[in-house]
Amino acid sequence: MKGESFFMIEIQHVTKRYGDKLAVNDVTFTINKGEILGFLGRNGAGKTTTMNIITGYISASSGSVLLDGYDILADPLEVKRRIGYLPELPPLYPDMTVDEYLRFVCAIKGVKRSRVSAHLNDITELVGLGEVRGRLIRNLSKGYRQRVGMAQALVGNPEVVILDEPTVGLDPKQILEVRRMIRQLGEDHTIVLSSHILQEVADVCNRLVIIHQGKIVAEDSLEHLTHADGDTRKLRLRIAGPEAEVLQALRSMEGVTQADSLGSLEKESFDFLLQGEAGTDLRRAVFSRMSEKGYPILIQRPVDLDLEDVFLQLTGDSREEA
Amino acid sequence: MLAIWKRELQNYYLTPIGYVFMGIFLLVGGVMFYLGNIMGMTPSAATLLGNLNYIFMLTVPILTMRLLSEERRTKTDQLLITSPLRIWDIVGGKFLAAATVVLLTTCCTLLYIALLSRYTDRMYPAAIACNYLGFLLLSLCYVALGLLMSALTESQVSAAVLTLGVNILLQILESVFSSSSFALPGALSFLRPVLSWFSLYSRYNQFAAGRLSFANILYYLSFSGLMLFLTVRVIDRRRWSEG
Repeated sequence: MKGESFFMIEIQHVTKRYGDKLAVNDVTFTINKGEILGFLGRNGAGKTTTMNIITGYISASSGSVLLDGYDILADPLEVKRRIGYLPELPPLYPDMTVDEYLRFVCAIKGVKRSRVSAHLNDITELVGLGEVRGRLIRNLSKGYRQRVGMAQALVGNPEVVILDEPTVGLDPKQILEVRRMIRQLGEDHTIVLSSHILQEVADVCNRLVIIHQGKIVAEDSLEHLTHADGDTRKLRLRIAGPEAEVLQALRSMEGVTQADSLGSLEKESFDFLLQGEAGTDLRRAVFSRMSEKGYPILIQRPVDLDLEDVFLQLTGDSREEA
Repeated sequence: MLAIWKRELQNYYLTPIGYVFMGIFLLVGGVMFYLGNIMGMTPSAATLLGNLNYIFMLTVPILTMRLLSEERRTKTDQLLITSPLRIWDIVGGKFLAAATVVLLTTCCTLLYIALLSRYTDRMYPAAIACNYLGFLLLSLCYVALGLLMSALTESQVSAAVLTLGVNILLQILESVFSSSSFALPGALSFLRPVLSWFSLYSRYNQFAAGRLSFANILYYLSFSGLMLFLTVRVIDRRRWSEG
């Protein structure tokens, strides 16, 4: 069984209790070998707690976690040898230089002394740390600190890499770079990536697990969850024309369930959000209707469901309440 | 364990803590040597080491306060605990690092002994070695106690104050209970022999007097061991906490 399991990680009925509150409530899901799994949820949904349990930082109140067939409670060292973890706040020692720090991590993760230098060269090249290796961590920018954290998770070449919100607080260019890095790592690692932003996981993950108030509410591929496969039920429009009349025309169309004005963002035009019945594509109909009326369409863009919408569907509470 | 020991030891001398600790100790120790031995015109090594140990009691908390509290505050304990290390390795490595600094500092005091030996021919190397053994063992107890206090809190200052408080309390309790003028209520009188048996400091006096007793060595080692054991339990217990 050990080492031959089809699943890389099996999480079974894991519950973590804090006082009266269930931070994680009977969570069960699996992570396949070699996949990039997105772990989505709002802040406080239980993502970090779950990841802390998988990595053995804290223990579950009940339930079990198996990694490649090894139980985190029975064989903690075997499990920890196979996991690299980047927590939300990278665990860095500000008084050390990057190189000293990474050598320390090599030592506690049991990297053979003769391999350390070559190993660190590979890692620092991958995450782009080459030029700052001699600098004190306290003097590094947030982006570089995140990279050091990433490098730390890769020390010892673990089979599983767990990243908790790796792009929080980074600028857009750095975010793209982290995503590129994750995609590259995904080629020969199993990766779990947590985030509260759909866009982030949409880009790199094969599969999504969504957690809400400590419970798993969905476990599926991104396409299935967001209907990104061409089911354009929601349209965002910018139309040059009088607001009331355009709205009237849109509402009178067949298959339209709701049309709202979003106000004017561009001179002499208004933005609208159009919702149709399931399975309808309104784009052509909108085009002919507007050309009939002589109102030019400036923008017509299908809106994919965002995470909030997925939540609404999955949890049944309304956006206003949330 | 070796990796943790090395990092902590480096850290003592990358940050000011190691220098501050040694500096304060040697400064105050030097003053005591001058006042006690030079001005007091006594070549007694026992008096000197007794005084020096008192400084350790007050300064070792500087050395231990950071060890575990800071890891928890900055969440770097996540790295240590999710690495393939046993909690024993972490606690043991940190204990040994602080113990190493204590040992190095203690070695500096050999200079005083060398100076004293020029002025007297009544130096007994075996008695002084015995005194030093007790001195080191007692200092290790301070380190182990400080480590436990550091595991109990996220704040360095709290850890230092707690350690100091417990040390002082232990000493006061002992001097109170060992003095015969202090009358315990009848029902509590059994406490006197118990407390004096558990006392850390009265045992040191036996070392200082040159009496090497296996029971005393064992007692100091078990005291340190117990503190380390409790430290491991505190850290492990926290992982299961549901509070």
